[in-house]
Amino acid sequence: MAHSARRDSPELPDFSLLKRLARDQLVYLLEQLPGKKDLFIEADLMSPLDRIANVSTLKEHEVDKLYKVEYKPITSTSDQLCFLIRPRIKTVKWICDVANADKATGKFRRYKIIFTPQKFYACEAVLEEQGIFGDVTTDEWAFYLLPLDDDIISLELPEFFRDNFLAGDQRWVRTAGSALHLLHSLYGPFSKVYGIGRCSKMAYESWREQVAEGEQRTRQAEIGRVFLIDRDVDFVTPLCSQVVYEGLVDDIFRIKCGCVEFGPDVTSDKSVKVMLNSQDKVFNEIRNEHFSNVFGFLSQKARNLQTAYDKRRGMDIKQMKTFVSEELKGLKQEHRLLSLHIGASESIMKKKTKQDFQELLKTEHSLLEGFEIRECISFIEEHINRQVSMIQSLRLLCLLSITENGKFYGVDHLLTFANLRHLGLLVEQQPGETLTVMESKVGKLVNDKTAGKLTDAFSSLARKSNFRALSRRLNLVPKSGEEYDLRVPRDMAYIFSGAYVPLSCKLIEQVLERDGWTGLEEVTKLLNGNEFAVTGSNGADSKAKNDAQRIILVMFLGGCTFSEISALRFLGREKGYKFIVVATAITNSSRLLESLLDNHV
Amino acid sequence: MMKSKADEEDYWNSSKFKAFTFDDEDDEFSRLKESKQAVNSIRRLVEEDDDEDDVEKVSWSGEPVGSISWSVRETAASNQRTDREPTFPKINTDTPTLSKSNSGYSLSSLFKGKTKGGNFQSFNDSLSDLSVRLYAPELRKPKSEYKDYVSDWSPEETIQRMQQGKAFSLEKFRSLQDKLLLLDFAVSAHDGNVITAVLIYLKRTLGKEVLFRELESRQTALRHLIQYLTETRDQRLLLELLRSLCRTGPCTTGREHLSITDENKRRDFLKSCLSLPFSPEDSAHVQDHFTLLERQIIIEATDRQAERGGKVEIFQKFPRRASILNMPLVTTLYYCCFYHYTEPEGTYSSSLNIRQTFKISEKQYFVTALAARAKLKAWSDVDALFTSRNWLGFTRKKSPLSFQRVVDILQKNSAPTQVLQDYVALVDDAELRISLAQKHKCHDIVINTYRDLKDRQLLLGYRGKVERGSAEERKIDELLNNPRRSKKGRRRRRRRVGAVPTDHH
Repeated sequence: MAHSARRDSPELPDFSLLKRLARDQLVYLLEQLPGKKDLFIEADLMSPLDRIANVSTLKEHEVDKLYKVEYKPITSTSDQLCFLIRPRIKTVKWICDVANADKATGKFRRYKIIFTPQKFYACEAVLEEQGIFGDVTTDEWAFYLLPLDDDIISLELPEFFRDNFLAGDQRWVRTAGSALHLLHSLYGPFSKVYGIGRCSKMAYESWREQVAEGEQRTRQAEIGRVFLIDRDVDFVTPLCSQVVYEGLVDDIFRIKCGCVEFGPDVTSDKSVKVMLNSQDKVFNEIRNEHFSNVFGFLSQKARNLQTAYDKRRGMDIKQMKTFVSEELKGLKQEHRLLSLHIGASESIMKKKTKQDFQELLKTEHSLLEGFEIRECISFIEEHINRQVSMIQSLRLLCLLSITENGKFYGVDHLLTFANLRHLGLLVEQQPGETLTVMESKVGKLVNDKTAGKLTDAFSSLARKSNFRALSRRLNLVPKSGEEYDLRVPRDMAYIFSGAYVPLSCKLIEQVLERDGWTGLEEVTKLLNGNEFAVTGSNGADSKAKNDAQRIILVMFLGGCTFSEISALRFLGREKGYKFIVVATAITNSSRLLESLLDNHV
Repeated sequence: MMKSKADEEDYWNSSKFKAFTFDDEDDEFSRLKESKQAVNSIRRLVEEDDDEDDVEKVSWSGEPVGSISWSVRETAASNQRTDREPTFPKINTDTPTLSKSNSGYSLSSLFKGKTKGGNFQSFNDSLSDLSVRLYAPELRKPKSEYKDYVSDWSPEETIQRMQQGKAFSLEKFRSLQDKLLLLDFAVSAHDGNVITAVLIYLKRTLGKEVLFRELESRQTALRHLIQYLTETRDQRLLLELLRSLCRTGPCTTGREHLSITDENKRRDFLKSCLSLPFSPEDSAHVQDHFTLLERQIIIEATDRQAERGGKVEIFQKFPRRASILNMPLVTTLYYCCFYHYTEPEGTYSSSLNIRQTFKISEKQYFVTALAARAKLKAWSDVDALFTSRNWLGFTRKKSPLSFQRVVDILQKNSAPTQVLQDYVALVDDAELRISLAQKHKCHDIVINTYRDLKDRQLLLGYRGKVERGSAEERKIDELLNNPRRSKKGRRRRRRRVGAVPTDHH
């Protein structure tokens, strides 16, 4: 892994403070309801909660039993119920049902709802309508930011994407602003903010207002610059298949809240849940590597490990003792990790071979290059004909439509498209096939109604994409034919096998280099404008804060992929920056498309 | 007779260097297997005195639990009044869609002369209150504290208070003008939470017609209301709203449609939908959807009876796993290819009829029929799908799909090697043919292709992969010993125009 890393990269701030704050606040809120209580937790809050507290923390504060919110009548016998939920109308309605059912049977209990990260007026309106307002106390747990790793922070709000970009609902804008405000007050003051996208602009404004409303002590800034970017500025990148190890693991096994579950096909034993972050020494070395490099690395590691164990031979008792006390534990840890990642790589390889992955990649690369489009279309058509996987087909279709700037809808292919659209969403259930459980569930529910809806959704999302022109201007697709050594990446394109530099990351690189958008006017025009670059009025004396200027917080509104994070880490190493990625959620092509399906009746 | 060594080497081409591919099972994969073995070989040692603490999850934080008092100290520290930090400029976030003309008020006139932030300072609670909010939840203040002045806020101030989570009241905004001002300020604040809150108030206090009319020129607010009604499942109002906007929302009817479980009612509902003013494209979808369901109801009734009767062999041999009702079109086609393949085109359940009615593309039909017949192991049907006669009466195999895909489909339906071999041989590209043949163990094809490529290395390598003492091994040996003879064979074969490499001793 020969990276020309710059040695003078600044240190990353310590984000464990965020966890501590969130935990303390939760404890405080639990104490507001003294006495024994049962706690109901919304399903998608369980993992985030796990990262900052554990059951014993909850038990210490008189939480008796823990339940998952399941929208069913409850069995709890406690006379105090506490609900820890996202501000969703569906959940609040369910709580009203619970409370009203109690009333009907003459049962008296105390109820408390803790909304996180904030409550919405619409939720309170439901309480009012259902006649429960006043019977229930409500609170807010400002758990905005969950650090997933040294350089990744997540808002864990996957719905941000759909709500904001599809429904046009701005409920999360202030949330994003508040999250930024929290980071600003703990690790700021920021001296420069860049951004692109409508939502980014609004989030900036919301943050700025919150800064103006409050007051802060001056402190040494740890984070100097901020870049805000909307997901709809670049849909191409998250629609591509990921080939960097961490992204590939996410595509195949789905990393949830920094944790992945490896099944028996990986462990050849029972399933294990593994935290994937920089603490995992083996993972840390391969996470940003192109998959083709991973084998070599793992074999080398395995050999080294073997050698380390072999040292044991011919040791006398005393040496053995030192070996056991000093080295053995580390070796064992490494051994465990190594066998896990070898198992995972093996399983990835098997799955990808089965799916004609190579051809899929070829098609994607052709689409990005704008080359052999006819072949690509016929590949996609066959893909659909064979009913391989609905999400995959959709992904390719979207990629095609975005990269070809809707030319695809032209007279030439009108018929093809009508066919594709007609058949595209009619997924057959294939027993025991490559479909994941989730996808086949989706497939069952989908009929041609949703087909229409989805196409509409995407055409409204994709709007006018000028990918081809952008790609030329920013040089996103390196000339084909040139050899690209994936072992010694020369630019961020390595994360897509040297075929494409992610648009989002290229923009960040360019703007940082130019300290603004000057010279990028043509590009921003193609991206529908909404770019900005602002400097804090008295924050420009950057001499003392030199290090902070090279720590850059990038906030992805609407989600970010692991591939993009890898690309930014690469850019950081090249330029001597350290990037901190703040995402409303970690996303990938499947999550992106699934969030647009309309199957939840 | 021995040939000179040089001659030999001249004859054989060198093996081509191969780059990494994901399909490459051999090289990288075996390396991986080796590392796995290496790791496994030391597993025993590792587990000798395995203390379980090693297996626990790696936690990232490592920091001990902070105390509440610590948090409170932190809050206090952050409250110390010091210099103001860099202030940032306001940027224009006004949306071009925000229409000001229709309502008769101009937003810009309202903003005129107001400096941003200045009006905050008058609220004595705003400063201290907010920085605390970050660290500890806001303590509930008795309502009475606000009582005296709660109703004095202007629309703009009210929106700001709502954003900050402070007490407010909307009841005093009674004129339409005030209500709309409130809404416009909410929209320009870009806080969806507040926009929705105002909309809930407007929905309660304005007639539908008035509300809908005003929203037509306020797209952002409109989208928030649609989202709110969708979330609260207020189908009735949502439908009315969409109708008043002349949006025939497939989402609305779709949702309603999906909630109908009885298939006959569903059919009738669809029939009633046919007259709705959908766009031509959508109405074609609805029509197809209706026809399909109608068809499914007929097929289901007949087949269920046939299955129960126990007289029809295919239903006995392959009992149906689920009813065909409400299944997608392609599934229906597959079903018909499976159970009703031989029926004449005139019947409702005939696969050809389905193909005709729904104008299914040749490729789609082909793929589906192929999969269904292969599943039944009806190899003659499979064969017939490919056969076409030219004008001389010769048969040759044609496929709208590449033969690589055909092999893939057949293999997934567990076709035997004999069947696969026929189709692997039809793959045009030599490299592809070899990799497919290797994958599916069609030895003859591999050997013949290597022979044609004159690649001694590969032939030698492949010798290790076939069974000892098998016919394949003998064939390889023969080729290796007598390259010339087989070369002659190759020449002979070449004369057969357009033929594909098959075995010929």
